[in-house]
Amino acid sequence: MASLKQLATQKEKFMGGHRACAGCAATIAARMVLMAAEQPVVVGAATGCLEVVSTIYPYSAWNVPYVHNAFENVAATMSGVEAAYRALKKKGMIKKDLRFIAFGGDGGTYDIGLQSLSGMIERRHRVLYVCYNNEAYMNTGIQRSSATPRGAHTTTSPAGTEIPGKIQLRKNLTEIVIAHEPAYAAQTTIGYWNDLVTKVRKALEADGPSFINIYSPCRLGWAYVPEKTIKVSKLAVETCIWPLYEYENGKYRITVKPKEKKPITEFLNLQGRFGHLFKWHDDVPIKEYQAEVDMIWERLLKRSAE
Amino acid sequence: MIVARTGNEAMAEAMRQINPDVVAAYPITPATEVVQLFSTFVHDGTVSTQFVPAESEHSAISACVGASSAGARVMTSTSSQGLALMHEILFIAAGLRLPIVICLVNRSLSSPINIHCDHSDSLASRDSGWIQIFTENTQEAYDTTLMAVKIAEKALLPAMVTTDGFIISHGMERVELVGDAEVPKFLGERKAKTSLLDVDNPITLGALDLQDYFFEHKRSEIDAMNHVLPIIDEVQKEFGKKFGRNYNTVDEYKMDDAEVAILAMGSTGGTGKVAVDRLREQGKKVGLIRCRVYRPFPKGAMLKAVSKVKVLGIMDRADTMSTLGGHLYNECRSILYDSEERPIMKNYIYGLGGRDISIEEIEDIYAELFNIQKSGEVDKEIVYYGVRGE
Repeated sequence: MASLKQLATQKEKFMGGHRACAGCAATIAARMVLMAAEQPVVVGAATGCLEVVSTIYPYSAWNVPYVHNAFENVAATMSGVEAAYRALKKKGMIKKDLRFIAFGGDGGTYDIGLQSLSGMIERRHRVLYVCYNNEAYMNTGIQRSSATPRGAHTTTSPAGTEIPGKIQLRKNLTEIVIAHEPAYAAQTTIGYWNDLVTKVRKALEADGPSFINIYSPCRLGWAYVPEKTIKVSKLAVETCIWPLYEYENGKYRITVKPKEKKPITEFLNLQGRFGHLFKWHDDVPIKEYQAEVDMIWERLLKRSAE
Repeated sequence: MIVARTGNEAMAEAMRQINPDVVAAYPITPATEVVQLFSTFVHDGTVSTQFVPAESEHSAISACVGASSAGARVMTSTSSQGLALMHEILFIAAGLRLPIVICLVNRSLSSPINIHCDHSDSLASRDSGWIQIFTENTQEAYDTTLMAVKIAEKALLPAMVTTDGFIISHGMERVELVGDAEVPKFLGERKAKTSLLDVDNPITLGALDLQDYFFEHKRSEIDAMNHVLPIIDEVQKEFGKKFGRNYNTVDEYKMDDAEVAILAMGSTGGTGKVAVDRLREQGKKVGLIRCRVYRPFPKGAMLKAVSKVKVLGIMDRADTMSTLGGHLYNECRSILYDSEERPIMKNYIYGLGGRDISIEEIEDIYAELFNIQKSGEVDKEIVYYGVRGE
């Protein structure tokens, strides 16, 4: 278990002064992930908010080696970096023990980068892939992704008069990753710093590919006031919309179990992206979303009890 | 050592001797064998390369970018649709100034789907910032693969070495190999100025670069291309001195007293040389020019060569889809604009989708060039040679 004091007093690896929105969870996630890393790390980022706000020539928020290649290929890029590390270490040209972390948003991970991620895990590259999941393409201006939940308003799944936001349910990427049998996989969120730090450390210790899906509220796309980011993050866990769990060696473990499972409406009504659902002529979208959340939670309870 | 090898085998052999730190690749006809043979070297321990068998060409070249950014010597191989799938990342590799080398086997791009040779794949990448060298035969493919690593690392630009699909890739020829121990001596280790693995000196690579700096960075990349031809000359000279085989950016064959000539790229250079020999036996003053280095375009050497003749038949194995003919035709017309005396030029688009071009057909083209010389006129500037209905 990490101590906050110890985390807070180490040298910053992801610096302030970048251009993220106030209340941005993606940058909080990046900073926390790097804080958690106890070994020297090399970082890659997919095109997306984190990449855009953290680098603009001649500035960089990254105080660790960093590479950005393109949108759909951070997993492949880091596969190459890790392969080079193995080659050069064998030759004696690299002495240090390094770790590799890839960052991608839900666009770069759930959608356009899914194949690349699958390849990286299947080839067993020892890279930690971190998805900062803000449930839509925020960088291009809040378009739907396969991580966008049922009913959410985005600019390509708008709250219309005929169709109230996104019709479909979310893709369960964490389970898709688990089907690859990675060395370690987990879901976490920034509101639970200790959960996040512990999982990053486990992932970096795991001898093989690892994956952490970090629920990262986006105040702009989700339409809430910036100071509510941590509250929204915590409510996602308390409503079981975003269960915190991990998978290793064939076993599931729920790492934070809410004392009382709140209805999802407590999470939804804080955010403008769901506002239209409360004025809609029926409660079908909310019911469908609640049913999905319940189903996944129940299944997780069963799996973690095994 | 003298051996019999196909183009693919020769390129794989060169890769074995280079022993790159990382090879990331995905198989595609007709380049599959390069990757396949290389995997055998990896699994038999004859190379120490980290092999990344990627799940697509896009990921293969992306992994190459990552590995090269980490300071490794990196190679891959592909063809046609594979290169097209890499297209996005080709520009990034060049922009990040990464000396990756691709062994490229030329094959036409779909549609219609076809697996045979034309140059539409490599020429669609001509503006990506890669050095492009088209080889005529197996020996040259082997030699150029070895040289390309050195050229790319000196220029800090990526390079692709091409062979013609099936014609060279699967054609068995006599090849003289350099000794295994000679190759590392010729190449040395890659000395990258920066590396992602240098955690004590962290770099940010691939930063967002907007209106205030992008242009300067792009300009410096273009400037790097301006310095490539002398590097190629230097490496070719060194290679010739060490191993006895000499290459130029533009290959001239019996051009000294030639009145008419054809200009071509790739294996057609070899077919054309046989046609030249036959016609020379009949006392006809014909020559052949082969564009070996296509990117950067060797303007000086090309001007010198094409200015020797009265009539020039330019053979392009791809079309620019601009209604202006093929790539070589357009570039030659462009470089000749300022010349007071220029040859009469005719463009022959030929061999698309692997349609064979024979010695006799090239002789036929020479005959036509002589007719043009006599009349002083070209009836039709751009013709599609060997296609039904023309």
